[in-house]
Amino acid sequence: MAAQGRHGGQESNKMTALVVDDNTVNRMIHHRLLDNLGIENVAVVNGKEAVDIHCSGKTFDLILMDMDMPVMNGIEATRQLREMGIRSMIAGVSTRSMEREIREFIEAGLDDYQEKPLTMSKLISIVHKING
Amino acid sequence: MAIAALKTQRRNLVQSMFDEGVLDNQFNQLQDLQDSSNPNFVEEVISLFCNDAERIITELNRYLNDQNVEFSKLDSYVHQLKGSSSSIGAYRLKLACVNLRQASEERNMEECAGAFNSIRREYYVVRSKLQVLIQLERHIVNLENQQ
Repeated sequence: MAAQGRHGGQESNKMTALVVDDNTVNRMIHHRLLDNLGIENVAVVNGKEAVDIHCSGKTFDLILMDMDMPVMNGIEATRQLREMGIRSMIAGVSTRSMEREIREFIEAGLDDYQEKPLTMSKLISIVHKING
Repeated sequence: MAIAALKTQRRNLVQSMFDEGVLDNQFNQLQDLQDSSNPNFVEEVISLFCNDAERIITELNRYLNDQNVEFSKLDSYVHQLKGSSSSIGAYRLKLACVNLRQASEERNMEECAGAFNSIRREYYVVRSKLQVLIQLERHIVNLENQQ
């Protein structure tokens, strides 16, 4: 059952999230962080899979988007999702520290950016932005 | 009381790892994610991390021993290991990865070899200490369950 883009108008009250990260350890940790907050979540391993899952009709309240991934990186995936009309909260997470790189990622259409590693407090600050 | 002594041992081990920079605060995040609904979370993440790290170290070794080193492939693997290390709080291992990336960017083979040796060394240090930690945890849980 696909959730609507924002929190209102869903059949279930549970928030949903998509983890997009090519690193297995990160996927496991992000999954657990989201679980702990009661957020139903699914993980994919690169930007193309993130786009594909949306093409299949699924949407999520939150997308945690890694930057560096093979096949399609986070910048390109974010651009494509926005072009597709996806209005979900997209939070970029990356280890990049150069302002120029972060800016390029943000300008691709992010709603938020957090430096890795992701912690519970960083995730909570992202989730608060969804709830307005 | 056996459990108290083991808990002290566990606390001291973790503290020493923080003091030596083997672990940083990110490890606390992992511990915080473990609870009664996920009682083995830390052990599972560490196990996943070690499998991944060993695979990457094997690949790095292979690439570094090639006649013509493919630096871009090397960089991609180091990036992965740096990411995993950072996520579990393996601080010194993460730094060793940063050094290898630097050496690789400079195409400095000698530095790369040295940095790679550091990675291997730091990986085995963190792995062996985490294995002791996991054994202590299991022992404590067993004793607690017997009570």
